[in-house]
Amino acid sequence: FRLSSLIGHISTCPSLIGQCCQRHPGSVDEFQEELVIRPLHSGDIYASFQFRTLWDTDFLQEGQKVSHYRLFPKSLGQVLSKFSVRELHISFTQGFWRTMQWGQPFIPSPPGAELWVWFHDTVSDVDGNWKELTNVLSGIFCASLNFIDLTNTVQPSASFKPLGLGNATDHRFLRYATLPREIVCTENLTPWKKLLPCGSKAGLAVLLKSEKLFHSSFHSQAVHIRPVCQDEQCTSKAWELRQTLNVVFDLYTAGQGKKEWSLFKMFSRTLTEACPLATSSKVYVDITDNPELFELSPATPLLSQAVVLGDRRTYSVYDLSRAETFGQLRSLNLLLRWKGDGEMLRPLLHAERYVAGFGLQTGEIHTVIYNNHPYRAFPVLLMDSVPWYLQLYIHTLTVTSKSRDNKPSYIHYQPAKDRHRPHLLEMLIQLPPHSMTEVTVQFERALLKWTEYTPDPNHGFYVGSSVVSALVPSMVAMNTNFTQDQPLFSSFVPVKEESSYFVRVYTEPLLVNLPTPDFSMPYNVICLTCTVVAVGYGSFYNLLTRTFQVDEPSLPLAKRLANLIRRIRGVPLLT
Amino acid sequence: MDGTLFRSVNKFFIIAFCLDIKSYKSFMHRPDSFFLATKMAAPLTLLLIVAVTIRAVLFRSSLAELISARVEVVSPLNAWKRVVEGLALLDLGVSPYSGDVFHETPLMIYLFHFTVDYAEIVFIVTDGITALALYLSIQTYNKDVFRKQKYALESDRYSADCLELLRSPKEMFYIPLKVAMFYLLNPFTILSCVAKSTCGLNNAIIALFIFCTLKGSALLSGILLALATYQSIYPLTLFAPALLFFLQRLYIPVNLRRSSFWFFTLQYAFMYVGSLVVITGLSFFLLGSWDFIPSVYGFIFSVPDLTPNIGLFWYFFAEMFEHFRLFFSCVFQINVFFYTIPLSIKLKEHPVFLIFMQIAIISIFKSYPTVGDVALYMAFLPAWSHLYRFLRNIFLVSCVLLACSALFPVLWHLWIYAGSANSNFYYAITLLFNFGQILLVADYFYAYLRREHHLTHGLYLKKKDGTEATLVLK
Repeated sequence: FRLSSLIGHISTCPSLIGQCCQRHPGSVDEFQEELVIRPLHSGDIYASFQFRTLWDTDFLQEGQKVSHYRLFPKSLGQVLSKFSVRELHISFTQGFWRTMQWGQPFIPSPPGAELWVWFHDTVSDVDGNWKELTNVLSGIFCASLNFIDLTNTVQPSASFKPLGLGNATDHRFLRYATLPREIVCTENLTPWKKLLPCGSKAGLAVLLKSEKLFHSSFHSQAVHIRPVCQDEQCTSKAWELRQTLNVVFDLYTAGQGKKEWSLFKMFSRTLTEACPLATSSKVYVDITDNPELFELSPATPLLSQAVVLGDRRTYSVYDLSRAETFGQLRSLNLLLRWKGDGEMLRPLLHAERYVAGFGLQTGEIHTVIYNNHPYRAFPVLLMDSVPWYLQLYIHTLTVTSKSRDNKPSYIHYQPAKDRHRPHLLEMLIQLPPHSMTEVTVQFERALLKWTEYTPDPNHGFYVGSSVVSALVPSMVAMNTNFTQDQPLFSSFVPVKEESSYFVRVYTEPLLVNLPTPDFSMPYNVICLTCTVVAVGYGSFYNLLTRTFQVDEPSLPLAKRLANLIRRIRGVPLLT
Repeated sequence: MDGTLFRSVNKFFIIAFCLDIKSYKSFMHRPDSFFLATKMAAPLTLLLIVAVTIRAVLFRSSLAELISARVEVVSPLNAWKRVVEGLALLDLGVSPYSGDVFHETPLMIYLFHFTVDYAEIVFIVTDGITALALYLSIQTYNKDVFRKQKYALESDRYSADCLELLRSPKEMFYIPLKVAMFYLLNPFTILSCVAKSTCGLNNAIIALFIFCTLKGSALLSGILLALATYQSIYPLTLFAPALLFFLQRLYIPVNLRRSSFWFFTLQYAFMYVGSLVVITGLSFFLLGSWDFIPSVYGFIFSVPDLTPNIGLFWYFFAEMFEHFRLFFSCVFQINVFFYTIPLSIKLKEHPVFLIFMQIAIISIFKSYPTVGDVALYMAFLPAWSHLYRFLRNIFLVSCVLLACSALFPVLWHLWIYAGSANSNFYYAITLLFNFGQILLVADYFYAYLRREHHLTHGLYLKKKDGTEATLVLK
């Protein structure tokens, strides 16, 4: 029998856990898994896994040491309590999400690694905790997170608000860092899979085979930890761990050019069972465009509607906890076959970025933000974190929409300190309807010390993605009431109002070349420069210490020798 | 017998000179303003008009933007772009010193806070003031030199056969104008002005300091020296020549056991340090924090910005082994201050030449030099035109400096834009340029000392056996 039902059974007994008795019986330490498959108009296919573990404890409030872990991974639980973490979001992404072709992802992430953490407001040494935390996480996820230090950490004032409970606004307790150059591979996936209660042994996680996942156009895995309400009244808190994995399989490389996808083709596995520890285990297939675009087999009678990212979508639902889902063959292999070409989806908000200018002296960062809404203007928060070796000139900042100056209503700028902290630029820009807004700022490239260059300096230096956060006006009414039954993918970002939804768009990271010294020259340079200084010293020393004298030529050697003998003999000397 | 003959010839020349002096005196002793208005006003005005026109034309042309981005012309310390950035940060409510872009002093922010819209006029006027101050300083100095030469001749302190080394009022007449012209029409100054490098302002402060010193105003000299020090630290080495000049002017012997020496030294030091404290305190009250100290002076001393310039520091510290960095930054910084005391001892009779030497050494060995710094000491070269016959390698040095000035932009382009050269090319040119500057300064120093030697020992030296002798340093 299932462990979760056992735990549920125990918690209903009032003599064992007194306080928990008012709660929903199934709400203690539960695990849900979910896979959403969305066929994309480009012919690619988007698969999004979400695994959600709820941990019914509140160690921060009670200050007690928790030693008993059920479904929640112990490694993360200990990290949370040791570093007083209120919220933790970490993502590893390989590839770039093409918003213009693929629409909005359920949970966006920038290329490379991204980490943002809200610490509890009792923490006194936030920077110290942050440093240790990144090193610990680096070990847990086998990633280069230990390269996060003060030179690439910022404290955004508005762009990253806590997603969980509690409305912390003091951004002193927030740390945000990206490593745009981080390469994500199998070694990062394995520890990530180990955090799942069933590992990769059962449930949806059996599909996560690295040889297929990394043979894709986009791969992103993330861990989000936050405190959430245990129930609708929010009488008690619980810790939510969401592990998400998004992957986009390319039509040509993974699909051999045929618009025909199956679970087996994507993951080289089929589904045979749900994770026994999961309270729910479902596969959703987005069939909003069905049957015009593609056909789906096996068909399922279960349909679900959800409002996601400002759009009402219809999904076919395959419940893995029910035996009939697997049919006669005891295995589920979804098959999608396209019939025709779809129109390109135009996301309402889209952003891109590039470096302009030539040469290695100066340059200009252009960020272009598109508002594709036909008649609504809305504000966006743009956040840029630029490393110190690109010296930004904030007086050159221009924001133009429809070729008119568009003055940001809020600018938070923290200039960089050489070798200590990066530039942070955050601004609130009103995007006019159906417009393109261009933000430009000039920078100067610094010459670094020869030891500060990466081993391949002429490859260039990465600058992390800009982050555009916005409340985009919704076409349909968003679902604001909190219910347990909502699918996971639609319940990550809390929706506060019906008329708009929250979207975060990451732009491309930049690759910028810096001037380089000659790395083979340190000894030569030290010698040559010191020679010139010595020439200066020598000539001044000469003139300062010596005096002018008439040059009396010395006697020839023979005469001098003769004089030596004459001196001994006492005879007058020769001249 | 020979001696008496020389003596009589000498007397004759003295009389001839005195006649000359009388004609010189006739305009030397008039008030300066009148003197300016009558004899030299026209060429000087013409010079100023030409200089202003060149600058105004360049400011209006598309070259201005190109010039203001040149690393030879602007450094992180004095780039106009950074001044504007500092003002923009102030407007955003961010302290300009919280980042690492702005390294001007607080007084500079306040100056440009009010004059940012008239910056071009400010820089043109500043150059004019510098040239005028140099003009008047050199005029005063020449009068001084001439008076001393007269006394020396009258008291037979000069050797008999060195008459051709003596300076005549006729050849000295145009020197102040030449100095002003060397400053105003020097391409280096023009570039610096068109780039709106605040180096021009520092030069003006130093020029005014020299002017006040030579005019004998100890208080103003102290204040301006403090201001120059406050702007860029290094001019503090000019304290020694200024002090020597005042002591000489007041006939106080440089004797450590004399109370009058100590009294005046302390008085001048007090004026200098006092005004330095007042200026620094004022900066604190303007901004309400001491952030500018590490951001301006720490930046000058620790050289964190390795943007290429014409100096010796950038490539050296870009290629430096990390554990030697502190040692070598001390070694390199000490070069500016190191020569002050020996030079003051050697040149204690010649404080104005000492000022020239110090300014030249500062511009060679400072951490972020620009061509504007070079222009300031080059303006003094006409004042030493009488040393020309003793210069050993002026042709070589001029060729080196000219070739380097032309090669700077070429090799920069090859490295940064074309990508066909690397940093070593530009570095080689900076090395050569500094080598040329060192040779130039050492050459002038040599020539000055040699002329002084000849003045006392005679121009045509003989060996013991009566043959012509060569002079060597021993």
